[in-house]
Amino acid sequence: MTDVAWIDGAITGARPRAVSALLRYFRDLDVAEEAFQEACLRALKSWPVKGPPRDPTAWLVLVGRNAALDGARRRARDRPLPDEATLSELEDAEVTLAERLDEAHYRDDILRLLFVCCHPDLPDTQQIALALRIVSGLRVGEIARAFLVSEVAMEQRITRAKARVARAGVPFETPNAVDRAERLAAVAAMIYLVFNAGYSALAETARAQLCDEAIRLGRLLLRLFESEPEIMGLLALMLLQHARRAARTDVRGEVVLLEDQDRALWDARLIAEGLALIDKAMRHRQPGPYQIQAAIAALHARPKRTEDTDWAQIDALYASLERLQPSPVVTLNRAVAVAKTRGPAVALDLIAPLEDRLGGYFHYYGAKGALLLQLQRPGEAREAFDRAIALAADPAQAAFIRARLDQLERDAARSDNSAHCVITAPPRAS
Amino acid sequence: MQYAILCYHDEGHVWSWSKEEEEAVMGRLAEARGRLTARGKLGASLRLLPTTAATTLRKSQDPPLVIDGPFAETKEQLLGLYLIDANDLDDALEVARELAKANPGGAYEIRPIAVYNVDARAAAASVEIV
Repeated sequence: MTDVAWIDGAITGARPRAVSALLRYFRDLDVAEEAFQEACLRALKSWPVKGPPRDPTAWLVLVGRNAALDGARRRARDRPLPDEATLSELEDAEVTLAERLDEAHYRDDILRLLFVCCHPDLPDTQQIALALRIVSGLRVGEIARAFLVSEVAMEQRITRAKARVARAGVPFETPNAVDRAERLAAVAAMIYLVFNAGYSALAETARAQLCDEAIRLGRLLLRLFESEPEIMGLLALMLLQHARRAARTDVRGEVVLLEDQDRALWDARLIAEGLALIDKAMRHRQPGPYQIQAAIAALHARPKRTEDTDWAQIDALYASLERLQPSPVVTLNRAVAVAKTRGPAVALDLIAPLEDRLGGYFHYYGAKGALLLQLQRPGEAREAFDRAIALAADPAQAAFIRARLDQLERDAARSDNSAHCVITAPPRAS
Repeated sequence: MQYAILCYHDEGHVWSWSKEEEEAVMGRLAEARGRLTARGKLGASLRLLPTTAATTLRKSQDPPLVIDGPFAETKEQLLGLYLIDANDLDDALEVARELAKANPGGAYEIRPIAVYNVDARAAAASVEIV
């Protein structure tokens, strides 16, 4: 009766809560994961016959816990296995006694599980891999495909990351308010890393689905901490950016600038959710970097037509982001808004002092070239575009700039320099 | 007699559906809706965004209190719903506050709508509300 797709979905949905409760119990990531795997195997046997349990998460936690304990006892005493019937009767008895645990009950457990994935010793790529494996439950092969490495290499990466986490020790005490806030900030940053890993993939590759995973983790986190404006901001930011996915590249796979995108291709449902969340966040009047970035994304998403974009407001938001989280990349992004409100000359002055720090940054020269082009200085624009091409991270970036250069040549031929192009840096916070 | 069918499920599960799964379910539902509409059985239907997008107006006190998240008390029951047009959350809260003045006590959960299927029954078949 209970079909496999349903079981699969229920297991995926239950995974973060179940694994984190098992981690609290066993205090060992490997044991917790094995216990969960065992519980899933038993669910696949039991649920189709007996029907789904009322609370799949509680079922998986209890069955996983008992299975791991039985395994440990067996190994300790080397006694024969109890037969299958005895085992499953035992499980059913315990499960009916289980209290129904709501999400709040799992709050610190899930936060802990997410937090062990973002240990400061772990490089970004390992944090992402660990979270995808342990929290999202992606198979090693799927994660390997997302990062274009072999399965063996990814397996090693995850094993190394786990060993490091084990050495550092999992923090098991219940966190106080300060610890909780710190963990929350670290976890938010890690989730945004997962998102950016997906966002940076332009094509619909295995990597692009990391955006969906990050959004799922963001919703999970917000359900646990439903009054945290920065978590609302983080989720809103990811939703609003992800909503534009289909419009970000054209049929040839080339980059389409935000202002040239076909708004009909934007995902209206994701935008609605993102806007609802940023509205909620702003009511708290506790601005933070994610909220500000989400508010900027919302100003791009809200108007029906590109020309109605409120650039003055975007400029003001970037200015507050600069104060909160000073970074040359933020200033570079602000220059885009400044060019719209106060003209390309002011914007060029704004980014000129950044050249020292952004001299190796593709988007710096892309933006500089665009501004010079608007100022009818084609020679210098060409120079900037050439440097951008030299710094391009992938063929799509290079192709995008080459198209601007071709445009430049055509315009030169017609001595018409009305080309407008502004390059927005990718969404990373810093 | 008109009935409301209220849909309950684990949103962690439903919003984890893969794109294929989502499309398969929505495809089956569109067919079912089509059949029911043709028989004059089905009025408007809607799908809500996740509870993370919800805000609750506690109107058991004056002025009412705005709380993040869905309405989660179990001692109160779902008694009805309004469909409103609002520019943003503040606008929606404005509407809710006005309704609250007329009917204090309890709470309103303000939840954005993800999908809204209009009432496609024949206009001629006037519906009596009992």
